[in-house]
Amino acid sequence: MIDYEAALSPRVKGIAPSGIRKFFDLLENMDSSDAISLGVGEPDFVTPWHIRDAGVYALEKGFTKYTSNAGLMELRKEISKYMLRRFGLSYDPAGQMVVTVGGSEGIDIAVRAIVNQGDEVIIPVPSFVCYGPIVELVGGVPVFVETRAENEFRLTADELRNAITPRTKLLVLPFPNNPTGAIMERKDLEAIAEVLRDTNIIVLSDEIYAELTYGGRHMSIANIPDMYIRTLVVNGFSKAYAMTGWRLGFVCGPRELIKQMMKIHQYAIMCAPTTSQYAAVEAMRAGDGDISMMCKDYDYRRRFLLEKLRDAGLTCFEPRGAFYMFPSIQSTGMSSADFCARFLTEEHVAVIPGTAFGAGGEGFVRMCYASSLANLSEAMDRLDRFLKRL
Amino acid sequence: MTGMNTELLTLLEKDARLTPAQLGTMLGRDEQSVSDEIAEYERNHIILGYPALIDWTKTDDELVTALIEVRISPQRGDGFDRIAERIYQYEEVESLYLMSGSYDLAVTITGRSLRAVAEFVHARLAVIDGVTGTATHFILKKYKEKHHLYTKLPEQEERVLFV
Repeated sequence: MIDYEAALSPRVKGIAPSGIRKFFDLLENMDSSDAISLGVGEPDFVTPWHIRDAGVYALEKGFTKYTSNAGLMELRKEISKYMLRRFGLSYDPAGQMVVTVGGSEGIDIAVRAIVNQGDEVIIPVPSFVCYGPIVELVGGVPVFVETRAENEFRLTADELRNAITPRTKLLVLPFPNNPTGAIMERKDLEAIAEVLRDTNIIVLSDEIYAELTYGGRHMSIANIPDMYIRTLVVNGFSKAYAMTGWRLGFVCGPRELIKQMMKIHQYAIMCAPTTSQYAAVEAMRAGDGDISMMCKDYDYRRRFLLEKLRDAGLTCFEPRGAFYMFPSIQSTGMSSADFCARFLTEEHVAVIPGTAFGAGGEGFVRMCYASSLANLSEAMDRLDRFLKRL
Repeated sequence: MTGMNTELLTLLEKDARLTPAQLGTMLGRDEQSVSDEIAEYERNHIILGYPALIDWTKTDDELVTALIEVRISPQRGDGFDRIAERIYQYEEVESLYLMSGSYDLAVTITGRSLRAVAEFVHARLAVIDGVTGTATHFILKKYKEKHHLYTKLPEQEERVLFV
């Protein structure tokens, strides 16, 4: 006999299971040939061939050993050039960056390096699901701040100011945002910077969707005066280069922070996958064209889906980043979970309840438009039919 | 048409079945202006046609395609054009390009049988005045055409359910 309950960490046990488990069970058991999923948030493109080929070539050459903990120097130099070229940010390849296993690891080691028992971490919601649990695992306290549709789901200075307490250690800034598609422009970031300037709060800026910004260039909070010294920028290859399965990301930031994060990375992970790192070197050297090609394609679908949603009678603000629509379904009178369950069972289209992304998500659903135009078109016909029937 | 924005053409080249309404939405333009622009392209022969790409090997029709290198002696005044014209007028000729390098014209033709193709080469092509030589290469298998693959790549089966 063994008592697993007693054996397990109360902290891990305390992490709440997803509130929409029932919906995922439904999704998992969905077995219909005409099913369309707008549920999974990843590019529908396969990684461009020249990048895959570079990975294959590295394997053929026998580059199968560990790399240095921080990542291949060759790759770090490319990341340094990339950050300067694409976002105007300057980072030293030696000491100011770590190559991680996806952006997710970057978020994890940043939180672990900064947050102590009882420290508060401000997390705007709706947002990607990982921040809260990662904070809880280190004994931190997530403080969720609901962004609002009327503000286009941007974080405002007032919302931030009201959430700050003497225990606030970290602000997570997840923009461009999953699931809302919201972005933060210079004026928004300047307002946030104004609140942070005289504090000791670190910013964890999750910019994994930075390259998927429409109608303008992405701006990082690290570009705002005085913010560079307090910002960790998390980015990666998954979304920009359609490389989700390669599990490769990176964090750039002040030396003092990176140095401590490196310890966690080196003991927990050792180094990011070597094959992926070689592929990533090629991506950064010759992949700018791929980024603009894919971004343009997402933009077509973004416009298409937005118009269809509005034609169908749903309210939806125009998302300017990532590849998600976050329409309101309040007019149907249904909860997000009910809406998604019925839409799935009756019309075989999977979309995700807004509540999966935290408070403030009720009344909304997330649709990922990284899907073929034919799929999107069919899904919208079914949505139209579904809404008319209600 | 100078200063032309080729975005619309690029989209149509990828999928000619997109309607003006769909194209308008994707490009953030109104349907009418897209229709007008397409009509203009058709009038100016910038859009030549809207054919479907078909894998005939999956049908009952067994067609044979050949790529024929043709060497010609250019003619005073007309260069290669007059001979090219005499070749492309044949219904069987699918495409015709003037090439740099070791031969002059590349002709592709599709016929019902090997014999039909061979017949065309020696009875029609090789005898044209000015044609000095041909080399016929039969196409054994088509892998890709106009960015489309003839075989469907496998899809990754197991994927994360939710991110």
